[in-house]
Amino acid sequence: MRRLSIGVAIALAFLICALVGPWVAPFSPVEINLERQYQTPSLTHLLGTADNGVDILSVLLHGARLAGVVALLSVGISLLVGTSLGAYAGYRGGRADHVVTAMADLVQSFPAIVLNVAILAMIARSGLIHLVLALAANGWVLYARIARAQALALREREFVLAARVLGASPVQILFRHILSNLAGPLLVQASAGLGAAILAESTLSFLGLGPGVSASWGALLDQGSAVLLRFPHVALIAGGVIAITVLGFNLTGDWLHDRLDPHSR
Amino acid sequence: MLEARYLAIRLLRAAATVFGVVTLVFLLVHLIPGDPVDAILGDQASPEDRAQLRHTLKLDLPVARQYWFFLGDVAKGTMGYSFRRSTETVSSLIVKVLPHTVLLAIASVALAWVLAIPLGAIAALRRGTRWDRATSTLAMLGIAIPNIWLGPLLVLLFGVQLRWLPLPGDNSTRPSALILPAFTVGTALAAILARQTRASLIEVLNEQYILAAHARGLSAARVLFKHALRNALLPVMTVGTAQFGAVLSGAVITEKIFERPGIGTLFLEAFFARDIPVVQGCVLTVAVFYVLVNLGVDLLYGAVDPRVRLI
Repeated sequence: MRRLSIGVAIALAFLICALVGPWVAPFSPVEINLERQYQTPSLTHLLGTADNGVDILSVLLHGARLAGVVALLSVGISLLVGTSLGAYAGYRGGRADHVVTAMADLVQSFPAIVLNVAILAMIARSGLIHLVLALAANGWVLYARIARAQALALREREFVLAARVLGASPVQILFRHILSNLAGPLLVQASAGLGAAILAESTLSFLGLGPGVSASWGALLDQGSAVLLRFPHVALIAGGVIAITVLGFNLTGDWLHDRLDPHSR
Repeated sequence: MLEARYLAIRLLRAAATVFGVVTLVFLLVHLIPGDPVDAILGDQASPEDRAQLRHTLKLDLPVARQYWFFLGDVAKGTMGYSFRRSTETVSSLIVKVLPHTVLLAIASVALAWVLAIPLGAIAALRRGTRWDRATSTLAMLGIAIPNIWLGPLLVLLFGVQLRWLPLPGDNSTRPSALILPAFTVGTALAAILARQTRASLIEVLNEQYILAAHARGLSAARVLFKHALRNALLPVMTVGTAQFGAVLSGAVITEKIFERPGIGTLFLEAFFARDIPVVQGCVLTVAVFYVLVNLGVDLLYGAVDPRVRLI
């Protein structure tokens, strides 16, 4: 139980940083001061400085906003699209089901990051919304699979049959009976999905494919890796923050799973 | 009879997936808003240059014709020509670097299995002890630490502090230069496989036939290796294959961290140069490779476990 609430604490701390980070950051994340490049942590710069003397803590606080926005938007879109498609496919069956399943299989025949990069390569513009869409392009599949499996199972249950007999329309049944029963598993997946999206944003920024915003965790890690042998603190801090945040969201997912799934109690 | 049918269905399904992958890679250029010519030349280029490039890329043709040409290039095995080095086919560029990536992927998967099976087996046999707890903590860390951080950490520890292994970009043909990259890619897989081995072995050890084997007086080692592990490893294999995409993605990322040549490095170079045919070629190669590995493992299952062929 203790292990799991640590996860929730980390996730909440991240969300607070994403919300207020840019306002409480002690320095500007782009303020250049060549005299104080790559300083180790001190009282003025609590986490030290990086390339061009920017304050690492400030970059991390601004980067949290970026990671948070990208993660919430991409998971939000994936959740909406995936759930609608999956629930519809599972409930209707037949042709709709074949089409959605084939699309999901096709998307999953690409390793995730490779497909993301391919999409970004074709868009060829770096921007936040492009990154979000590239992540949602394969993000929807997991939600669609969960929603489909649940809808398939629920479709034959008595309460859904009863609703149908009472004259409820398919749309009513989907929203009132199927989607409301999906909330638990989807919430669990979405929590882990936020962690995965934060990691994907960091990884893409690390590869140099980020949204071209100055403050990003992955870009800081990339800078840190370039000077790893001389100034290891930059990469250690940036990577550590990414790892802890992703772990926090995964543990939150486990915690939600244990709380929401009556079978595992 | 059954086996021929199983083989035929699997092959047909794989062929359909490859065709879908080829089509999707072609469509990526057309589905995504924005003009590839803008992407390559920028907004400021002269109309003549733009028209010239449009012609070279065959973008002035109807989409159906372009698709036909694309299929032709794939069927011929050239996958078109690089924009930057127009004398070289995309496939010749890929063939040059692919062995590096395949080697890294194989090394990572091998390392993961070598680490995971003993760890998982010890945890299952010594369930609830310190060994078990230590293994599961290690597994949790292995899954949680992202590649992009693990790579630099390993370099600092084994390259800088201990000086046991070469630093990134240094002498990448020596076998010892492969160890850290393979660890970077393989650790997460090892953690997942170790967890699965533990869970699966615990289940098998509770089966009646294990009790029967003990009762017949077989040695503990013989029961473990001949009866328990063999059955326990099938679900582990399934999980292992499902993770193969992660291994390939990991290789792309790890090549950058360790400055190794490979398909990931080629892919990123092509991305930054807006060399669309090479980007398409790399995506296609990785995806087809992935489909083929899945097919291979499916067929291997059929050989290992006859029950699978009944589907």
